[in-house]
Amino acid sequence: MLKSDRNILRGINLSLLRRCRAQGVMEHIMRLLLSAALLLLAGPVLAESLVTENLVHETMLDNGMKVIVKEDHRAPIMVSQVWYKVGSSYEPDGFTGLSHALEHMMFKGTESHPPGEFSRIIAANGGSENAFTGRDYTAYFQTMSNDRLEIALELEADRMRNLTLPAEEFAKEIEVVKEERRLRTEDKPTGQLYEQFTALSYRSLPYANPVIGWMNDLEQMRVEDLAAWYRRWYAPNNATLVVVGDVDPQAVFQLARKYFGPLKQEQLPVLKPLREPPQKGEVRSVIKIPANEPYLLMGYKTPAATSAERPWEPYALEMLVAILDGGNSARFSRNLVRGSEVAVSAGAGYNAFTRLPGMLTLDGTPARGRDIGELEKALREEIARLRSDPVTEEELERVRTQVIASKVFELDSVFYQAMEIGTLETIGLDWRLIDQYVEELKKVTPEQVREVAQRYLRDENLTVTLLEPLPMDNGKPVRSSTGGRHGS
Amino acid sequence: MLVMLLMLLPVQLWAAPAIQSWVTEKGARVLFVPAPELPMLDLRVVFDGGSARGAIPGVASLTSALLEEGAGDWDADAIAQRLDSVGAKMSASSQRDMAWLTVRTLTEKRALTETMDTVAQVLGAPRFDPLAFERNRKAMLVSLNHDEQSPGTVAQRTFMHTLFGEHPYAAQVEGTQESLARVSREDVIAHYKKYYVAKNAVIAIVGAVERAEAERLAELVTSGLQPGERAPELPQVSDLQASRTLILPFPSSQSHILMGQPGMQRGDPDYFVLYVGNHILGGSGLVSQLSDEVREKRGLSYSVYSYFSPMRRNGPFLIGAQTQNAKAVETLEVIRQTLARFIEQGPSEVELTAAKQNITGGFPLRIASNSKILEYIAMLGFYDLPLDYLDTFVDNVNSVTSEQIRDAFQRRIKPDQLLTVVVGDEQKPAPAN
Repeated sequence: MLKSDRNILRGINLSLLRRCRAQGVMEHIMRLLLSAALLLLAGPVLAESLVTENLVHETMLDNGMKVIVKEDHRAPIMVSQVWYKVGSSYEPDGFTGLSHALEHMMFKGTESHPPGEFSRIIAANGGSENAFTGRDYTAYFQTMSNDRLEIALELEADRMRNLTLPAEEFAKEIEVVKEERRLRTEDKPTGQLYEQFTALSYRSLPYANPVIGWMNDLEQMRVEDLAAWYRRWYAPNNATLVVVGDVDPQAVFQLARKYFGPLKQEQLPVLKPLREPPQKGEVRSVIKIPANEPYLLMGYKTPAATSAERPWEPYALEMLVAILDGGNSARFSRNLVRGSEVAVSAGAGYNAFTRLPGMLTLDGTPARGRDIGELEKALREEIARLRSDPVTEEELERVRTQVIASKVFELDSVFYQAMEIGTLETIGLDWRLIDQYVEELKKVTPEQVREVAQRYLRDENLTVTLLEPLPMDNGKPVRSSTGGRHGS
Repeated sequence: MLVMLLMLLPVQLWAAPAIQSWVTEKGARVLFVPAPELPMLDLRVVFDGGSARGAIPGVASLTSALLEEGAGDWDADAIAQRLDSVGAKMSASSQRDMAWLTVRTLTEKRALTETMDTVAQVLGAPRFDPLAFERNRKAMLVSLNHDEQSPGTVAQRTFMHTLFGEHPYAAQVEGTQESLARVSREDVIAHYKKYYVAKNAVIAIVGAVERAEAERLAELVTSGLQPGERAPELPQVSDLQASRTLILPFPSSQSHILMGQPGMQRGDPDYFVLYVGNHILGGSGLVSQLSDEVREKRGLSYSVYSYFSPMRRNGPFLIGAQTQNAKAVETLEVIRQTLARFIEQGPSEVELTAAKQNITGGFPLRIASNSKILEYIAMLGFYDLPLDYLDTFVDNVNSVTSEQIRDAFQRRIKPDQLLTVVVGDEQKPAPAN
């Protein structure tokens, strides 16, 4: 088991799962998503048989639903994912958390299947299923034996249009969502800090709001709000079906036509193009909450692949981040964790593949006996060096090689392969980018890395949030009912 | 259409991967599954050298952390550079039973050579440099502090420490403030010398290489190890003699509830019966009894689950949930009642059938990737389970009866010998804002 990266929560969409058996499930998904950010870099020397384009088949149903199939015949299984173009970044003020709450309610019954039956049918067919909501998407998946695809598709098609949203189910489920928020955010110092940081960073973009929603909005949410949200976004022409596994593409298309084909398309709302106004100065805040360790999170506004004026820039930024934090030999580990020993951990994150422009983030925890101010200074010095000196060819070559290897490694997971396709399609890009990315990455020069550092990694474009711990006052048992003792 | 959904298709036959096994010259056992489809290789070396073997809490984890910090002629930077430059990923970690090192690399010649040479040095000639030791020791202290910000982690660690009492499993894997203050470099070296030896190791390999190459790699990565001896048997875990409840105050909006007792061990005669039974009780996500009672019917918790964690000796049987402080008492009561009813009545035939369908129908998913196969064979090798474990898995699950489940739960799970840990803020209701 690879150790999870501590920067997982930074440069990527914070996705929420409807269920977690133990908390590790979430971390697992987050790891996948982190690699999603990093691994969308693709490989230049891959064998032809591993190139995505040679394995993918796509079609468009008459009602505007896109179906993408990727063959992977290593084992007799498949994953089926339905992606909707809606997430927290679509939500208006006062309605934050709607997409995620609706995701929970998608398991609460349709006209033909009562609450909970969806999960029972999938389980009885040997499947595992879940759903996740991010800033830019909501997605539902089933991983099953390859002969069960029809069951997954029939059920997904049913709940795309026929959800009943019973009020009494909503009353219970919104409490579950609030518990989820308490678990992930209220009782987690870094979770609170991350939420404050994003709220402070964005002046206009809805990325300012948490995916799970503000507690106030969860308190005010009504089932009618969900019904309207569902009607607005859950339509075949706003969805993509991705199936990866040991399947015959033509057979998948046929099943998709059978179950999703009859669904009526909808007039979708026209999205206004959103842009963050230029930031005019560094923004700082200090969050004082009960915690044991200080923590630092910094973010520079950056372009995304969906809207960059200079299309090479997102790739240069991906390269820049990998040079700082792409492995144990990258600059942060070498210089800050080992070298000067100022950090116990230091990370960098950037995701080129978001619907709206996001941030390049840096974060870290100071080493014992070192001040958080020293850590901030050290991180800023690393950024200053990127602005002044070109990175070395050796560093670029190291990243290229890692990317090629990662590209192969990712093929070990059908789930990941489907995630990659679904993410790109849902933010408005083309899955072919998975292969093209490689060429773009290969073209990045040391001068381009310096140029994006100079253009975006500037103080007036920066938000800094520090966690200053207050005492936690915890530890000793207050009460211990007795009778218990170990026998020998 | 409804009929089609409810009518279950027969389970496909799907052969488990054939596991090849042998012993290296120095005495390490190897389990190998060829996987020619992707040009990559996963290799894991597992030692019986986890925290249960540590003379001081945290020494096993510290040993794991220091492996990549310098070996033979290479310092930490050189090791990192060697692996990163060929895109390989390596990590090392310890739990209670196992201490392991895992690596994933391309099978392209240069990548495979650089990676495996590095692994051989890291396992066979770690330096344990004093400066690296000190930096990692301090990093573990920071990490410990960080973990203790989480009520869930505090609950989990308190539970395990209390559950295992005097048993070596009670030692905290991550160490404690006290133990990390006194652990020395010599302790790490002693731990390494005693447990990182060939006869105490199991090597799992999955990837696109031939048997001969797998044999060569297994010899290579153990070339620097002493033959040594297998670690001695661990003592049995004692049952709790009575129920006990620990309540720890914590400045959180939720209370984290854990309840359980020592459960079962790997190879336990009741393994499949308890496994299938727990699947119904709290091991199958939203369709489990616990999830239905706590989450679906009452909206009390986002996550509620139960599991057996079988280890070399009886690992924990554990039920967990989190809820706003004001609902902690109610949640605890629902969990208690659900468990008591399950022990008394066992599952219904409908529940048992659904559980078997889920487990056996999902069997192909368990072995659908190299990383999952690696996990399985490393576990099988480490715990000396039969190599046909996966071949017989479906039959073993299918043969479980509801009467067996009721009987096993009544024999094994004692409602009057449960440890309950609650970490939260009793006085503070969740913010209503």
